[in-house]
Amino acid sequence: MSGPSTYVPQTGLTRWLDSRLPLVRFAHDTMLTFPTPRNLNFWYAFGAILTFCLTVQIVTGIVLAMHFDPSAAVGSVPGSSVAFDSVENIMREVNYGWLLRYVHANGASMFFLAVYIHMFRGLYYGSYKAPREILWILGVIIYLLMVMTAFMGYVLPWGQMSFWAATVITNLFSSLDQVTGGIKAGSHIATWLWGGFAVGDATLNRFFSLHYLLPFVIAGVVGLHIWALHVPGNNNPLGIDVKGPQDTVPFHPYYTVKDGFYVALFTVLFAFLVFFAPDFVGNPDNYVPANPLVTPADIVPEWYLLPFYAMLRSIPQKLIGVLVLGGAIVTLAFIPWLDSSKVRSNRFRPLMKQFFWVFVVDCILLGYLGAQQADAVKFGIPLVWVARLATAYYYGFFWVIMPVIGLIETPKPLPDSIAKSVLGTAPAE
Amino acid sequence: MRFALATGLALGLMLSAPALAANGDQYPLNTPPGGWSFEGPLGTYNRADLQHGFQVYKEVCSACHSLNRVAFHTLDEPGGPEFTEPQAKAIAAGYKLPADPNDKGETVDDKGQPLMRPGILADHFPAPFPNEQAARANNGGALPPDLSLIVKARVGGPNYVYSILTGFHQTPPAGFKVTDGKYFNPYFIGWNISMPPPLADHQVTFVDGAPNAIADEAKAVVTFLSWTSEPHLEDRHRIGVGVMIFLIVLSGLLYLSYRRVWKDAH
Repeated sequence: MSGPSTYVPQTGLTRWLDSRLPLVRFAHDTMLTFPTPRNLNFWYAFGAILTFCLTVQIVTGIVLAMHFDPSAAVGSVPGSSVAFDSVENIMREVNYGWLLRYVHANGASMFFLAVYIHMFRGLYYGSYKAPREILWILGVIIYLLMVMTAFMGYVLPWGQMSFWAATVITNLFSSLDQVTGGIKAGSHIATWLWGGFAVGDATLNRFFSLHYLLPFVIAGVVGLHIWALHVPGNNNPLGIDVKGPQDTVPFHPYYTVKDGFYVALFTVLFAFLVFFAPDFVGNPDNYVPANPLVTPADIVPEWYLLPFYAMLRSIPQKLIGVLVLGGAIVTLAFIPWLDSSKVRSNRFRPLMKQFFWVFVVDCILLGYLGAQQADAVKFGIPLVWVARLATAYYYGFFWVIMPVIGLIETPKPLPDSIAKSVLGTAPAE
Repeated sequence: MRFALATGLALGLMLSAPALAANGDQYPLNTPPGGWSFEGPLGTYNRADLQHGFQVYKEVCSACHSLNRVAFHTLDEPGGPEFTEPQAKAIAAGYKLPADPNDKGETVDDKGQPLMRPGILADHFPAPFPNEQAARANNGGALPPDLSLIVKARVGGPNYVYSILTGFHQTPPAGFKVTDGKYFNPYFIGWNISMPPPLADHQVTFVDGAPNAIADEAKAVVTFLSWTSEPHLEDRHRIGVGVMIFLIVLSGLLYLSYRRVWKDAH
């Protein structure tokens, strides 16, 4: 893609193939010789880690789907459902079913952990700036698809938290009623989503169908994401353009081995959760079969959606709360044009760097707030007000700080080239 | 260093998840003396506790609580109570389950009673009541929950169930009114529980003469119910140790490869 292909077919078969469908050439150019900046650090390993996560989720998911039965009908156990019973059957009777399910359930958490680090890395090094706007927007689309997939996956076991999360989230659409007058468009959308007049069997069936479909859509958009990466090439921690071959190394073996090492480290943490704390990120209520007549004391989403949940709850007016929630994700797509700085990397942006780290803390704070009770008070401060301030900073960071700082900040001088920065001096070549 | 940062970030994000909500600071949950045998990365279920716990369930809890998800065949499998197969068959045969229609197509006997048959290993524990309404009618309107998943379905897990079982016979705080027909148990949400104190000292006599104070009985049955919640815990821990060793060695080898490949690159 970048630069001319160096592939030379060696055998009769590959020569024959190369003049018809150059698959080997494509793989050679994208995965072996692809010129990659020689200064990518640990934080750039998360692209490979995310590819690994998606693969794990799809493979375990396909096998789990062979044993899962998406029916909300009454199961063989009183007070339970066929879906809940089939998940328990996976946990108890299917050979290594417990392993598949724990890998899949914790895999979602690991996937989001990796995607958040990947996104923060993109923010820090300015990877969204020209010419990588489309690359970034495709990433935002992948993230949005991940949120939808994870949400629908969480509904499938048909536990208490599954059912009530589905009820709360689908009901968000009914807030549209407030602006559509007698038409009640929001309620109609909710009914259409449910396939009935409440969350029920039809909802579970379609969520399962979509939960199976969306990962393949994600895989497709990931393909576009990587394509859009390979046209301009990787950004790098210095945020300066690659100026020549001395600035790059071939992807293989340099980054296959480096990414491979970090993927292996990532699996150590992943395996620790799966084998020694498989329910750590789960909610005990989801081991109680769904009961439409009993509302759990606290309805909370999985940890990776808590920041958005905190934003939603901090706004007393439901429709505005829903818009703030949706806007928080939509905002991400505008970042390439909100950042007015000429410099990509925060390494050379002394002012922006500070606001960036405050933003990271702000997101973690929102996550903490989302896990607290809505009316909680800490140190005499109602947490709902903390959540409002944190939400204001989230929006302010993108819509005010980013455009303004770029104009008033004096960036540090940029190095001449990647090679000079890494090697001290440019090599003779 | 960087990985430590990432791990710290990971744990920070994850710790903001719920799981920390307790039922008030006044009555923290209790752990049995010596803790739980199955805790920690190498934990296994104490076999004697599992067998004693099964006996407590059978003689006490099963009068009101079902154990719907547990099949008799799991009683003799590795990682569980590990009764012998004849013992498990005898346990199963001790329960009566609804039989299929006989050769004449009848489902009731001469007296109009449903046809029954002894349980086999493939069966699950039968429930004490035929339906929810019957269960409520026999328990003052309250529904005794199924116990198959009870340990995983409650915040606090085994400590919660243990605290409930050993938490009766306490004096309510001044001003707290115990509802008529209910019992004071400060570990239960709202402090009013419909379940009468289920255990008493020396209520269950273990065949091997093991101690049987309330705390012993509670510890045994909570261990048993932890196993019914998570029957493959021992497999998980054993495989997990092997997987961790493999992954750490693999990471080490990849690290060495990484250093070698990059040696001349900068």
